[in-house]
Amino acid sequence: MSDLSIFDVNPAAGAKSESPLAMTRVTVATVASPAKAGVVVREHAFQGHLILRGRATDDQFRAGVEQALGVPLPLKMGPLSRDEARGVSIQWMSPDEWLVIVPAGREFATENRLREVLSGHYAVMNVSGGQTVLELSGPAVRDVLMKSTPYDVHPRNFPVGKAVSSVFAKSSAIIRRVAEDRWELVIRRSFADYLYRWVLDASEEFGVYVAS
Amino acid sequence: MLHIYCPYCEEYREEEEFRPKGEAHIARPAEPEATSDEAWGDYLFFRKNPRGLHHEQWYHAAGCRKFFNATRDTVSYQILETYKAGQQPTVTAAARAAQAAGKGVAK
Amino acid sequence: MSQRNRLDKGGRIDRSRPLRFTFNGVGYQGFAGDTLAAALLANGVDIVNRSFKYARVRGIVAAGAEEPNAVVQLGATEASQVPNVRATQQALYDGLVAGSTNGWPNVDRDLMGVIGKVGGKFMPPGFYYKTFMSPASMWPKYEKYIRKAAGLGRSPKERDPDIYDHINHHCDVLVIGAGPAGLAAALVAGRAGARVIVCDEQEEMGGSLLDSREPVDGHPAADWVAAVLRELAAMPEVRLLPRTTANGYHDHNFVTLHERRTEHLADIAPLQDGRRAVRARMHRVRAGQVILATGTHERPLVYANNDVPGNMIAGAVSTYIHRYAVVPGQRLVLSTSNDHAYRAALDWREAGREVVAIVDARENPDGDLVAEARKRGIRIITGSAVIETRGSRRVSSALVAKIDVVGFKVRGSVEELACDTVASSGGYSPVVHLAAHTGARPEWRADILGFVPGKVKGMIPAGGVNGVMALAEVLADGVEAGCRALMETGYKAVAVRLPEVRKVREGKAAALYQVPHVKPAMRAPKQFVDQQNDVTAAGIELATREGFESIEHVKRYTGMGFGTDQGKLGNINGMAIAARCLGQTIPETGTTVFRPNYTPITFGAIAGRHCREFFDPRRYTALHAWHVEHGAKFEEVGQWMRPWYFPRGNETMHEAVQRECRAVRENVGILDASTLGKIEIQGKDAREFLNRLYTNAWTKLDVGKARYGLMCKDDGMVMDDGVTACLGENHFHMTTTTGGAAAVLDWMEMWHQTEWPELEVYFNSVTDHWAAMALNGPNARKLLAELTDIDLSREKFGFMDWREGTVAGVPARVFRISFTGELSYEINVQANHAMQVWKALFEKGEKYGLTPYGTETMHVLRAEKGFIIIGQDTDGSVTPEDLGMQWCVGYKKPYSWIGRRALTRPDTKRADRKQLVGLKPLDSKMVLDEGAQIVLDKTLTIPMPMVGHVTSSYFSPTLGHSFALALLKGGSQRIGQTVYLPMADGRVHAAEVVSPVFYDPNGERHHV
Ligand SMILES: [Zn+2]
Repeated sequence: MSDLSIFDVNPAAGAKSESPLAMTRVTVATVASPAKAGVVVREHAFQGHLILRGRATDDQFRAGVEQALGVPLPLKMGPLSRDEARGVSIQWMSPDEWLVIVPAGREFATENRLREVLSGHYAVMNVSGGQTVLELSGPAVRDVLMKSTPYDVHPRNFPVGKAVSSVFAKSSAIIRRVAEDRWELVIRRSFADYLYRWVLDASEEFGVYVAS
Repeated sequence: MLHIYCPYCEEYREEEEFRPKGEAHIARPAEPEATSDEAWGDYLFFRKNPRGLHHEQWYHAAGCRKFFNATRDTVSYQILETYKAGQQPTVTAAARAAQAAGKGVAK
Repeated sequence: MSQRNRLDKGGRIDRSRPLRFTFNGVGYQGFAGDTLAAALLANGVDIVNRSFKYARVRGIVAAGAEEPNAVVQLGATEASQVPNVRATQQALYDGLVAGSTNGWPNVDRDLMGVIGKVGGKFMPPGFYYKTFMSPASMWPKYEKYIRKAAGLGRSPKERDPDIYDHINHHCDVLVIGAGPAGLAAALVAGRAGARVIVCDEQEEMGGSLLDSREPVDGHPAADWVAAVLRELAAMPEVRLLPRTTANGYHDHNFVTLHERRTEHLADIAPLQDGRRAVRARMHRVRAGQVILATGTHERPLVYANNDVPGNMIAGAVSTYIHRYAVVPGQRLVLSTSNDHAYRAALDWREAGREVVAIVDARENPDGDLVAEARKRGIRIITGSAVIETRGSRRVSSALVAKIDVVGFKVRGSVEELACDTVASSGGYSPVVHLAAHTGARPEWRADILGFVPGKVKGMIPAGGVNGVMALAEVLADGVEAGCRALMETGYKAVAVRLPEVRKVREGKAAALYQVPHVKPAMRAPKQFVDQQNDVTAAGIELATREGFESIEHVKRYTGMGFGTDQGKLGNINGMAIAARCLGQTIPETGTTVFRPNYTPITFGAIAGRHCREFFDPRRYTALHAWHVEHGAKFEEVGQWMRPWYFPRGNETMHEAVQRECRAVRENVGILDASTLGKIEIQGKDAREFLNRLYTNAWTKLDVGKARYGLMCKDDGMVMDDGVTACLGENHFHMTTTTGGAAAVLDWMEMWHQTEWPELEVYFNSVTDHWAAMALNGPNARKLLAELTDIDLSREKFGFMDWREGTVAGVPARVFRISFTGELSYEINVQANHAMQVWKALFEKGEKYGLTPYGTETMHVLRAEKGFIIIGQDTDGSVTPEDLGMQWCVGYKKPYSWIGRRALTRPDTKRADRKQLVGLKPLDSKMVLDEGAQIVLDKTLTIPMPMVGHVTSSYFSPTLGHSFALALLKGGSQRIGQTVYLPMADGRVHAAEVVSPVFYDPNGERHHV
């Protein structure tokens, strides 16, 4: 009798998957090219999203996570631990909760790797089907974010590399600043259509381009 | 619209991110089955409604999803401190009274 | 008609850009840079409205937000109608169309005047309360006509074509008001590198400097304004918001600003680069420090017939001359209590028009401006005031008399001066409104004869609002405020040189509010205090004589300050009059409370983009597109859009649901169950946690098994239910109701974090991660077998088991649980892969007649089985035993789980509690109304003792009759009795009380 039921929820290659935005139709006026856009919106679908729980005060836990993921465990709200080249990031969600994002299809291997090195009281939960990532770039992104979240997105409060969760429109989102003019929103699947169309609508006045 | 310092996120956040959860420090009686009906009723239903200092429980719903406590003045709406679940307040009516009394002696 | 009051030179208007506009159906011309009010005055339009109660003709009084009369209805089309726009704050644009708000039936003709005058006699203060409120039932009848006559403006009847939005800001320093104090403060804060927002309600920033006579640094004041604005605009961290009114000052320095972005351009927002532009924007500002630089409002004097068009406040006269090159008359009489107002007469004279006299309430005025007026040969009548003006549609003369300010009486003879304009000034009231929004009571300052803001944490008043009036001091006060704000927010101030301005010596002002008349106030011509609400000095006197001593009561009795202008001009005068009548000082009488919003705001600006498709988030499952494609009708459940039923062809809802029900009972149907809340639980104490959370026991649930659980609050009332599966010894998959998902997770977190932190367990929502498809019906096994590698045999995969495997090639967890009573498999797959599984099921399912069904069919099927829906069959006052679910209560569990103790309280043990029963209507076709009340005796009349109500009610094609679930007092003892359901239309239905389980009571159908 096992303690946990772990299995790879992705089908063998060739399966047809749909992102949370597969159903969404763009209804706002968009501009013809990214160069003309104040905001460029792009979905990064199908990445692996894992919720990691554990004790930040436990040295072995911290070391294990770093060993498994190759980036250090962030110990306070804000700074994102990220290796862009490998597509791996860890975000502090709470004193005992982190969001791990890995490239598409890597979530099961990552979970196994974590379980190999971790022990004691911790948890890893796969939420890949329940979230997606929107990337926003361009000169007007900050204005769009200001129209959407009460969190202060000014560079003095929101330097590159910061990640927070907050209210977004009438829902919520994780907001990550990954480069000077590039931001990510991690949003829940069921709210994705609402939030995506909200972002497009808020961006329309600046000129919005939808990139694939 | 309150501006609330989350002791876990270690930042001020907007009230929209939080949910108020009523009076803080409501202890569930340790042995419910040995508790009288009246005492259990008090635990379930009776809450303070002070004018002035009040200790409240808040929940950082859109942030870290942690419960914490705040000492708030129900007249001025100023929040005098926030502290983690399981901790005790430092700003209390008793502490204020003691402070006032201490000052009186010093004079 | 030409712009007869327009000067050839001067002003801040652009004479090269004439603009056409229409007011009350008449075409006029103005210039770019005009406000609507300035353009109306330029054209000699004296009458802009009729008054609220007496239907008296009214003209423009002021030049800003405080205007009580020139409140107009704006909009060239039905869709673009905006009510309650102050003409003094509305920029002119080409094609503007406006009309009087209080015009019914016609602003110029005196039809309403007749009614008004007659009505006036019958409408003393308190009239509404005394007359119309009894009998209360008549009020709606009167109200219709009063509202029509009062003309509070009207909302558009067509959809607003414009868009609106909100934006959130955080800044170090918010400067409210860009007059001299505000600009000086902003400059200091901006130069230090602080994040600064400067907002100002006017079309142009600069405040009083835009109509100042005083040079700044040897140049016109407006040049200094322009230079400062250029510097501020170049600072990256400074945001300038003109046309932006700070309308609400809330807790912890949260201020809402309302920006009019296109309202100065056109009736409907013009496209910008071919894209829709935002008409109005609400800025939600969290400020480190607020510098309140809102200046002052001039107080008019209260004298007889002070509402005849041509009566204005003195400062407005100066503003119209300097800003708009409009002199609103030919011959001016100025009545003042102070030096500052002398500017109006000097400006008037310089514009080339006649100043008949300056009437000064003081015996020996001696300031610099007084000397200047004397030098120009202007007649100054001292120790006197205008006690009355005459004229029907425009002032024709003013009555001037010596007055005793302290003794409140007229001394000596009355002189009549022919004139067409009377400007008055009773002093300057700091604009304390915003500070008062925070709850801070304004404080009286005898030296300035005005209230200044009470103390607000994080707020620094500067300039006029701070009681600082002389320009040099106002600038210095602004700089000081800026420095203080920087200190508070941790910045270092950079030295700022104060510009040089001439020091103007001003004499002490007289404390004059209401001017005495030769007759007592009750018999003198009306002396208006609040022109918008037609409140007179006599009305306030009457209120105090009738025993209203609190200013708040006087306000409510007279209606003072209840207009859309919130009594900006009149309130202090009203308080002063009340104080005099009550024999009190003004601070003893106190002020009324000001509340947000400072000026009226359109609903569009309040709603922002949270309207139409964005009014509330809509949540969708991974299968939504399929449902849409297959014609589903949707039902909102929480924020979820769930298929309600899938009509085929012309089927009615009833027909579709009957068909879907039969398909499930006889063959196989499928429900998108993805919306159910799902919580993953891991940790060695997971099982213990479940034992404490649920009413029933979890100790013996084996891996591979699932169990139904019931959750109570600690008061013993059912809060949620669902099936939880044991995935591993330390691993559970919990489901909750669709609507309760978030609340249940929060609930679990609360207990874990605050009561049982020692338990080693973690939970997280996986609602969105898994899509769930519930295959139900006798053919469910056969169909699923075609697509899965899981052994579906009864022996290997029994009821309440779960198995892992693949379905249509996709890894899945399949739960053999049933909410219909049929053989059922709930297939859970990662949501991104759900659509292909769903489609594969339909491919293979065609031969079984696989039927998609929605929530309505789900409800019928579950109700036939007596399965409850939380929130429909329960309402937070129902215990597990009330539901007949004793089998789900583990009294023997060692830990006193949530709700257990309360279940032995006397109230939860009562035998006559409302209990869940089934109802079988005697008329088998009659579907009872959900919510219908139950009585025991059909002969009773209202009021009759009600003993319960229907919670769920349907027609069952399987049973062949209608049926219902109900909560009934002592219901479990009433099985077999007949109860009655009286309807609003007089019919009384009868039903037999039966067991709530109508179908397959022994559960044989799902144990196959
Ligand atoms: Zn937090």
